[in-house]
Amino acid sequence: MKPEKALIFELTQPGRVAYSVPDCDVPEVDPASVIPHGMLRAKPAELPEVYEVDVIRHYTELSRRNFGIDNGFYPLGSCTMKYNPKINEDVARFPGFAKIHPYQPEESIQGALELLFTLQNDLAALTGMDQVTLQPAAGAHGEWTGLMLIRAYHESRGEKRTKVIVPDSSHGTNPASATVAGFETITIPSNDLGLVDLEELRAAVGSDTAALMLTNPNTLGLFERQIEDVAKIIHDAGGLLYYDGANSNAIMGITRPGDMGFDVVHLNLHKTMSTPHGGGGPGAGPVGVKSRLVPFLPKPVVGRTDDGVYYWDTDRPQSIGRVKAYYGNFGILVRAYTYIRTYGPEGLRRVSENAVLNANYMMHRLAPYFEVPYPGVCKHEFVLSGKRLKAFGVRTLDVAKRLLDFGYHPPTVYFPLNVEECIMIEPTETESKETLDAFIDTMIQIAQEAETDPQLVINAPYTTVVKRLDEATAARKPVLNCSC
Amino acid sequence: MSDIRDNRFYSEEHEWALPTEGQIIRIGITDYAQCQLGDIVFVELPEVGSSVTAGDSVGSIESVKTVSELYTPVSGTVVRVNDKLIDAPEAVNSDPYEDGWMLEVEVDGSVEEEIGKLLTPDRYRTVTD
Repeated sequence: MKPEKALIFELTQPGRVAYSVPDCDVPEVDPASVIPHGMLRAKPAELPEVYEVDVIRHYTELSRRNFGIDNGFYPLGSCTMKYNPKINEDVARFPGFAKIHPYQPEESIQGALELLFTLQNDLAALTGMDQVTLQPAAGAHGEWTGLMLIRAYHESRGEKRTKVIVPDSSHGTNPASATVAGFETITIPSNDLGLVDLEELRAAVGSDTAALMLTNPNTLGLFERQIEDVAKIIHDAGGLLYYDGANSNAIMGITRPGDMGFDVVHLNLHKTMSTPHGGGGPGAGPVGVKSRLVPFLPKPVVGRTDDGVYYWDTDRPQSIGRVKAYYGNFGILVRAYTYIRTYGPEGLRRVSENAVLNANYMMHRLAPYFEVPYPGVCKHEFVLSGKRLKAFGVRTLDVAKRLLDFGYHPPTVYFPLNVEECIMIEPTETESKETLDAFIDTMIQIAQEAETDPQLVINAPYTTVVKRLDEATAARKPVLNCSC
Repeated sequence: MSDIRDNRFYSEEHEWALPTEGQIIRIGITDYAQCQLGDIVFVELPEVGSSVTAGDSVGSIESVKTVSELYTPVSGTVVRVNDKLIDAPEAVNSDPYEDGWMLEVEVDGSVEEEIGKLLTPDRYRTVTD
């Protein structure tokens, strides 16, 4: 147990500084004599007054309280918390990438433009799309961009389509993005197998259907086997099919959204392509489209002349416009490019094969101890239900908290919403069998503790800096600033 | 086992309806629903005076786990909402059938007809089993 930590402001001793600068060798000017009165501070900014060593120790100590993929296993379902290879970081720091400016003349950044152009093509090939924009800064941003493209497409044909259909297992961002893009969301229930219910889908589509948003494999880790039928129902109604690429780690080099009938795809580079994730972002959510949507892509896209010169293609009159300052999170795009080049097509296929193998291994070993609501073969992730433990007064949240005591980041819990006491596990391909076994053994131990000593689990965690946070009070009565 | 009151009628979406006086039906969510949602932190209710159709989403319920729609099980005009839930949403957890009520709807047709479309307590028990 680590002690409570003071805020940096509470370490202040008046007059202490963390810097030293040479004596001023030009005449000092009183700011009040050159800056209008109304624009001057009435009192000094309340900055912490500490030595450099205090700053370093304070933030180093805080950083040691973080948990990241470099600390340990992080099986957060639907988030693909794979290890981020350090060669990605090396390449992103090459001066030719790290020290250029987006307003530099095109001829002076041909290498960077070539990288973007190649990445656009690589992602298009990987997803079965005709053209890709690298601008969106994150997955949900990609979703919104894709929906704006769908909207522009329908409007260009003089059609007013206002509804976006999502299954009840969809990512929460899907209905949220649809709402922000100005659509109404229709949620349809899954069938008993956890897949899209074709009858429900047929009943939901109509002349006002703009799109269906789907992940495949879906959030239960199941492959939507009837995807071609799903695509036909949507296309026959005049709608488009949107692929949420959050689960692409299951299918690389094996199948492609474009071949399944999808018209628009986003990829989360911070999931599938091993770029930093979560608080370590920023992310990137490139969007790929079939040819009929290409005219609407955000401008610019990177083009290449017949002479092999790369340029910003801004001559796109039907474009929905720019969706991000400059051209996306360039440093992240460099990392993703590096990852793709490191693995190559065969390597990426093996990534997906191992991700699926790891998930199935874990599911089968855990099945005797937790319920598996959708048995069979899963893809890159799977869901368990902690329902059985409720008889002992132990809920999924308690299991997740207990895992903290063993040094694990817990899996995703209570999502997807259509599984009671849901635990959603995604091991990724980067973990060894020893790591998987150690985690599985811990889960089994906790399931046994729940039966023999439920209070032990209910009162966990014991080894963390803080115990159970009062999430309800934090949400009901948030304190959003400190008075220091 | 969740608490299901015998004097109320229920929807598949886990709302309860209770005729109070005249044409007025009081609506809330069931004990089963609040238990599934977990600690409720925010309740968004419809505007008084708005007209609603059975099955419409008329508000939302946010818990520490999820955000869920509030559906009205009956059609009519919203005549009152439980403003106390804005400051004290926890009443939905502690007392979903009394202090945690959400809105009152004055139905256009007959109360019996609106109620007749809903589930009896026994039927609702089979839904939550």
